[in-house]
Amino acid sequence: MSDETAVKDKKVRAAVEPTIAKSETRKIEVRHEEPSTEKKTTKVKVDDACAFFGTKQALFSVNMEIAEKEVTAIIGPSGCGKSTLIRCFNRMHETVPTAKFTGDILLDQKSIFAPTMDPVVVRRRIGMVFQKPTPFPTLSIYENVIVGLTLNGVRDKKVLDEKVEWSLRKAALWDEVKDNLQKPGAALSGGQQQRLCIARALAVELEVLLMDEPCSALDPISTSKVEELIHELRQNYTIIIVTHNMQQAARVSQKTAFMLNGKLVEYDATEKVFTNPSNKLTEDYITGRFG
Amino acid sequence: MFDYQTYRRWTDRTMVFLCGAAAFIAMIPLVSLLAYVIIRGVKRLDWTFLTSIPTPVGITGGGMGNAIVGTITLVIIACCVGLPIGIMAGIYLSEFGKKNKFAWCVRFTADILSGVPSIVTGIVAYTLIVRPMHNFSALAGGVALGFMMIPIVTRTTEELVKLVPHSIREASWALGVSQWKTILNVVIRTARNGILTGVLLSIARIAGETAPLLFTAFNNQFWPHGINEPTASLTVQVFTYAISPFKDWQDQAWTGALVLLILVLAVNMAAKLFFKNPRQLLR
Ligand SMILES: Nc1ncnc2c1ncn2[C@@H]1O[C@H](COP(=O)(O)OP(=O)(O)OP(=O)(O)O)[C@@H](O)[C@H]1O
Ligand SMILES: [Mg+2]
Repeated sequence: MSDETAVKDKKVRAAVEPTIAKSETRKIEVRHEEPSTEKKTTKVKVDDACAFFGTKQALFSVNMEIAEKEVTAIIGPSGCGKSTLIRCFNRMHETVPTAKFTGDILLDQKSIFAPTMDPVVVRRRIGMVFQKPTPFPTLSIYENVIVGLTLNGVRDKKVLDEKVEWSLRKAALWDEVKDNLQKPGAALSGGQQQRLCIARALAVELEVLLMDEPCSALDPISTSKVEELIHELRQNYTIIIVTHNMQQAARVSQKTAFMLNGKLVEYDATEKVFTNPSNKLTEDYITGRFG
Repeated sequence: MFDYQTYRRWTDRTMVFLCGAAAFIAMIPLVSLLAYVIIRGVKRLDWTFLTSIPTPVGITGGGMGNAIVGTITLVIIACCVGLPIGIMAGIYLSEFGKKNKFAWCVRFTADILSGVPSIVTGIVAYTLIVRPMHNFSALAGGVALGFMMIPIVTRTTEELVKLVPHSIREASWALGVSQWKTILNVVIRTARNGILTGVLLSIARIAGETAPLLFTAFNNQFWPHGINEPTASLTVQVFTYAISPFKDWQDQAWTGALVLLILVLAVNMAAKLFFKNPRQLLR
């Protein structure tokens, strides 16, 4: 994978700047990019990402840079590859048997596909919340929150207790469940379950939180709770959220990416995308003319 | 004159009646069997029967205590053989064997194996264990029964592990839990009631086997002293007593059958309790 990418990189760069060696190119590029993203550092960089399911291509050379501690919304019609894209970020894409990926994704300038990067470690740093709440049915609320820790060998009861409270508070669920921590996680309401899943993701020391339509199964009140939560979490985490709800994207995000048919059509400040999109397709989608 | 509505109503009623009648007829042999075993068996069913060993030929009294212990021993040995292999094979098939050839072969073998007449399994155990060890033993009988358990447990485990939604696995992977830890701690834990149901049903199934025990565990008139000696079982004891010419032994055969029936029913009921609510299978 990384070999292929390197070769491709080389070819592309060779075409653009034939005289500069590859390693130098990277350095120059970073230095060059730094001021253009304005004070924020790049947390995740997607470099020419193409994803396939068998022979079907789902992503076509997507390039984007996601700044640290910002909320990035990904919008686009159903089937355009939003889920596929964010599932590449934490290497969940490769768990699909026929799936393939080319290109590269850098987390803090390091490729997540490097041979030294274990997908398990990547997933601990880049957490994910799914569309449907998925609490583990056999586990209690308490166990659900810290399952990512206990299954990776953390046994210290005091650490775990603290972690449970901290995560549940972060996920704005503590007050609702603090007296019922031993109840099964599946006994909560859908909205509570979703916040439980967010707490579960936060309990693992993550840096980036991916959310795939986290509110699509929730009622308006739970939705606004999750949105408030996203505002809170932004202080400490980089958040990437897929949503079908344009208002939600506008409310919670600083950057918005619009995708269509596996391609990244527009990626800019949310305000710009929603008020003055540079691409006609984006405008059509946002104004509801298609999709 | 011809009224389609009436016609339809009457065919409806006739069909309901016919199906109901068939269901009723199907129940007759079952109920009469149960009733007959109870009527014939309950006469000798008492504490002595459950706790004493057979008396010598011609002397009235005694019981099947040793055979009950023997059956339980055999089932435990069978579990030691059948459960680890069956459960792990089932997990392999569902988690790693979606489309590969080897998994197809395993599935095919398991299906064939579950259709093999039990007497054949008995001969195999006889050749593999009794012959080299030069004596009948509980070990040989238990292994024979264990062989019979493997395919049942494998396939039920596979089916039930497959029932665990993929989203649960993905949620676990997304938390940075490795694949084998996900399988051990999340998938199996989620499917455990279902797996347990499969195990209980397979126990109920093998506890009533006679044929593979005839020339593996054989029989014994005394309390067992270990698993390396011929061992009595309820089924073989019932068989021996039922064909004997003595009235008392014949009565005891019925009581033995009743005890076996109760044990098997109890295991089945336990399985039903877990199975009661299919959603609870995944609890
Ligand atoms: N497991 C899979 N196997 C084969 N093709 C898939 C698979 N998952 C997704 N695809 C295909 O990849 C494309 C992108 O799917 P993806 O799930 O990323 O869309 P999406 O933008 O998230 O849509 P939605 O808004 O409906 O969730 C679709 O055309 C879909 O058919
Ligand atoms: Mg999706």
